Amino acid sequence: MEFFDNLLDETHTTVRDMARRFAEEHIRPHAEAWEESGTFPRELYPKAAEAGILSIGVPEQAGGSGGGALHQVMVIEGLMRGTSAGVVAGLGSLGIGLPAVWQTERADLIDRYVRPCLTGERISCLAITEPGTGSDVAGVRTKAVRDGSDWVVSGSKMFITSGVRADFITTLVRTGDDPHGGLSFLLIEADRPGVSVSRALRKTGWWASDTAELSFDAVRVPEGNLLGEEGEGFLTLMRNFQLERLALAAYGVATAQIALDEAMAYTKQRKAFGRSLSRFQITKHKLAEMATAVLTARTLTYQVAHRMDAGDYLIGEVSMAKNVAAKTAIDVCYDAVQLLGGMGYMRESVVERLSRDARLLPIGGGTQEIMREIIAKEMGL
Amino acid sequence: MKIGVCAKVTPDTGAQIKVVGNGIDTAGIKWVVNPYDAYAIEEAVKTVENHGGSVHLFTVGDDSVVAPLRAGGLAVGGEDLTQISDAALNDADSLGVAKALAASLKAAGVEAVFAGKESVDGVSSQVPAMVAELLGWPLVSIVTGFETDGSTFKATREIGGGVVEVVSGSLPAVFTCDKGLNTPRYAKLPQIMKAKRKKVIKQDLAAIGLSAADVAPKATESNFSEPAARPAGRMLSGSVQEQAKELVHLLRNEAKVL
Repeated sequence: MEFFDNLLDETHTTVRDMARRFAEEHIRPHAEAWEESGTFPRELYPKAAEAGILSIGVPEQAGGSGGGALHQVMVIEGLMRGTSAGVVAGLGSLGIGLPAVWQTERADLIDRYVRPCLTGERISCLAITEPGTGSDVAGVRTKAVRDGSDWVVSGSKMFITSGVRADFITTLVRTGDDPHGGLSFLLIEADRPGVSVSRALRKTGWWASDTAELSFDAVRVPEGNLLGEEGEGFLTLMRNFQLERLALAAYGVATAQIALDEAMAYTKQRKAFGRSLSRFQITKHKLAEMATAVLTARTLTYQVAHRMDAGDYLIGEVSMAKNVAAKTAIDVCYDAVQLLGGMGYMRESVVERLSRDARLLPIGGGTQEIMREIIAKEMGL
Repeated sequence: MKIGVCAKVTPDTGAQIKVVGNGIDTAGIKWVVNPYDAYAIEEAVKTVENHGGSVHLFTVGDDSVVAPLRAGGLAVGGEDLTQISDAALNDADSLGVAKALAASLKAAGVEAVFAGKESVDGVSSQVPAMVAELLGWPLVSIVTGFETDGSTFKATREIGGGVVEVVSGSLPAVFTCDKGLNTPRYAKLPQIMKAKRKKVIKQDLAAIGLSAADVAPKATESNFSEPAARPAGRMLSGSVQEQAKELVHLLRNEAKVL
């Protein structure tokens, strides 16, 4: 019996188990080495594709396997068993890089860009944030100006997951003066003259995922690379943010669950004052609190995903799930490190890595403060 | 070629097994397709991919076995699942299970049978051999390599000392599969979706021409016990030389491994 039997059918549990098997076979044995080296082999993409993992959540018409938000949550939870959020984020950058492409329903773009990402041959990324603007998307300054049948793009983008080795960049650019209505999405191939990686960024966590600052210096992009209509960029972004935020909630749930499991295992075998740490009341209560927090975050995340799959357009609830799961991940990781003591502070322990990785969750995909603004707005405040 | 695969649902190999009375505590156990049966399913699916035909799964068990077999069998290429379920089979021994499987396989008209070399819970390795005997077919056990042209086969077995034995013959036959034969594929979402709609054929003993008396156990499990708890490790003290000397002494006289 699954506790979430009412939400998860066997397609969900099977997807979760397959992703977990993939993580245990292909990620976990290398997690420490890849984290320390700051990357993971490109061959992991076709392997994940072969296992059917990359195409989940992409409609069958666009070459994907179908499946909904809850299936994507399952994939993240399964893959996180590899204990490297960085690898999951790197493999998963197509989850944010591709929607704006396949949503155009254009066969030429789907064949040339979407399908090769689903087979793991190409890597995509999404570029929104800039050195000068983050949460305030209306402040995007990277400019695309029409010149004959081309767009000419100039500007820079910041904190781009998979940006160092992506083959193309789904880029939010300014094509007009209106703060929101003047934004559009352009697909920019990374090998176009003028595109460069200014630097690979060093981060607190997610070490195995490359993160880039990108520069566009008068890059000529054919007009056919405009994704959707001119001026639709902000709407596309807002629509796709919901799934990105749900995915980050799933990272939070998975991170907290693994930290709890690690703390359980450690406190059972570690002895102090003649008995296992887990037999001290203070430990038991701490673990009980951690388990309660994990179940709370998971329940909200699954329920939101389930309602999204049922067709509800949730804004406030997704933001709530992201905030709850992010906070849960940070708190549970903090407690897990504490329970492991000195070992929890060592690079060789999984909870040390998880506690660093968790710090991203209240920041990426919209900060917890922006989430609260959205929730308050939905409350009519 | 129509291939039958005998598959059993067993506890996940990572499950914590606790003996309770004459069985195990099933609370919290995740049930999966027996890992050796997963090799059997994969080999059958590969064979029909190369030579045409279909793969049909056969199991004995109540309704709880259906979901794991959908995920681990129907979602990776099995066409349908025959679930033999009858109150008289609840206490069946290996021979009872084999009789039920053989009767059902025969009625289905399969031309070859694959099974795991053993189940990771019971580990008796008896059922496939009994099925072969009941069908009157040859058995090739613990197979790590398999080829067929559709009417004859060549199977590889690793026997003691790393020696490889090659067995050739004509179909039909029963094969039990070992680790190393193949790598079971991942179930992919579209196939998982399709597996939800694949047919589960439920049979009781009467449907396959057997009675409760036919499967009445000739052997019963009388006792289960857990392995003795491992004694705590011992720390040696003294200088490095003293510790090394003591260690050799203990390995020779106490552990008797030297």
